[in-house]
Amino acid sequence: MTAKVVTVTSGKGGVGKTTAVANIGVALAAKGQKVVCVDGDIGLRNLDVVMGLENRIVYDLVDVIEGRCRLRQAMIHDKRLPELYLIPAAQTRDKSAVSPSDMVRLCDELRLECDWVLIDSPAGIERGFHNAIAGADKIIVMTNPEISAVRDADRVIGLVEAEEKGTPELVLNRLNLAMVRRGDMLSVDDVLDLLAIKLLGVVPEDESVIVASNRGAPLTLDSKSKAGQAFHHIARRLLGEEVPFLELEAQRLWQRLLGRK
Amino acid sequence: MSKATLLIDIKGIRDGLLVKLGEAPWADLQAALINAIDERPAFFKGARLALDVGSQVLHVAELAALRELLSERGIFLWAVLSESSVSEQTAQNLGLATRISKTRPEAARSAPQAGAGETALWLAHTLRSGARVEFPGHVVVMGDVNPGAEIVAGGSIVVWGRLRGVVHAGAQGEAGAVVCALELSPTQLRIAGEIAVSPKRKGKIQPEIARLQDGVLVAEPWQTKE
Repeated sequence: MTAKVVTVTSGKGGVGKTTAVANIGVALAAKGQKVVCVDGDIGLRNLDVVMGLENRIVYDLVDVIEGRCRLRQAMIHDKRLPELYLIPAAQTRDKSAVSPSDMVRLCDELRLECDWVLIDSPAGIERGFHNAIAGADKIIVMTNPEISAVRDADRVIGLVEAEEKGTPELVLNRLNLAMVRRGDMLSVDDVLDLLAIKLLGVVPEDESVIVASNRGAPLTLDSKSKAGQAFHHIARRLLGEEVPFLELEAQRLWQRLLGRK
Repeated sequence: MSKATLLIDIKGIRDGLLVKLGEAPWADLQAALINAIDERPAFFKGARLALDVGSQVLHVAELAALRELLSERGIFLWAVLSESSVSEQTAQNLGLATRISKTRPEAARSAPQAGAGETALWLAHTLRSGARVEFPGHVVVMGDVNPGAEIVAGGSIVVWGRLRGVVHAGAQGEAGAVVCALELSPTQLRIAGEIAVSPKRKGKIQPEIARLQDGVLVAEPWQTKE
């Protein structure tokens, strides 16, 4: 097997990177793919909590890199799906425990094990960010429809391009259509206008995301919620399918109805 | 003294260490530097390093690899000084400083003459947030200048795209410098010593040109007919 290594990053914190990694991981695994999610946020690990696997951690990323265990031993199997695994971050260390070349080695090893490696990047543009993107084949930049998040996303896209990692793709999270309609929130077009990169997905704002994260059961597992569907769509686009953007269509329709554009 | 020590010159400055590289293939220089560091790891560990690469033309991959090698040895590379604008651009892309305070007064003094000349820096891509371009001559951007990006030019600035970042034309006092863009909505616009922010836009977007008129910054639509 030769996995594709995908890193989700954002610059700004709290835009939903961890939730996205958990949900895209679940959605890909539900499609029969073998997926390994890697928590790159050493010292502030969260992905295990969102995926509900916290109590099963024995070994972590730093143990693998420092040779205290084999790769397979650190891969926690999420039993709700046939082939979903998590490599958690170490909680008692910090970003300096891992170097970008360690991450490249780890990704190369993981490539042989599965179809997809999803890396959850920490916020910021320092060591942890460089670690997270070092081994990636593809980078997803996540943002919210807020000026500050979009500004940081723009910065991160510039950094990714400077590292010669290609142009990343965009996931716009927590879009509130009602607010866009009232003109109180940046629209998908506003964000794309500034960032000018390929759109991979739009996830609507949805309270059930928070509920699901708190329960440790990513909402893509069963829910028919809009956000869950959006993550399924993102997974299908990653697999190369053409899936229309429901949210965008809705937005354009409203703009037409209101006589704008 | 080995041959390697001739390739690199290390001295202490106020901000840490300044390493000056000689003329040699990049691979040799890098090897010489790493050797010198590995001979005295205790001396270098935790150091802040500025690198003067002379006229070497460096690309992102090379500089990023070196930074990585240094960081594995506990050394923080914070600045790259270069005579090559490609290398400077590379360093800026990696978020490194390209000048250290007061070490190159001759460069700062020679800048105004260059600004008055006809040299221009051609940038065929969008400048994203965090990008900073400094050039003694004119600057031409084929693309947008996003909010959070900054251009400081000794001469004029032309943006074939949307200008939404911070620009400073005529940075060495050249009051005849202009700034023009297809969409002129900078966060802040400076020409020579004057500063202005974009007024609230009304009407449709059109190409505009900003210049100094009797010491006041004015922006007017670009006209095809005089």
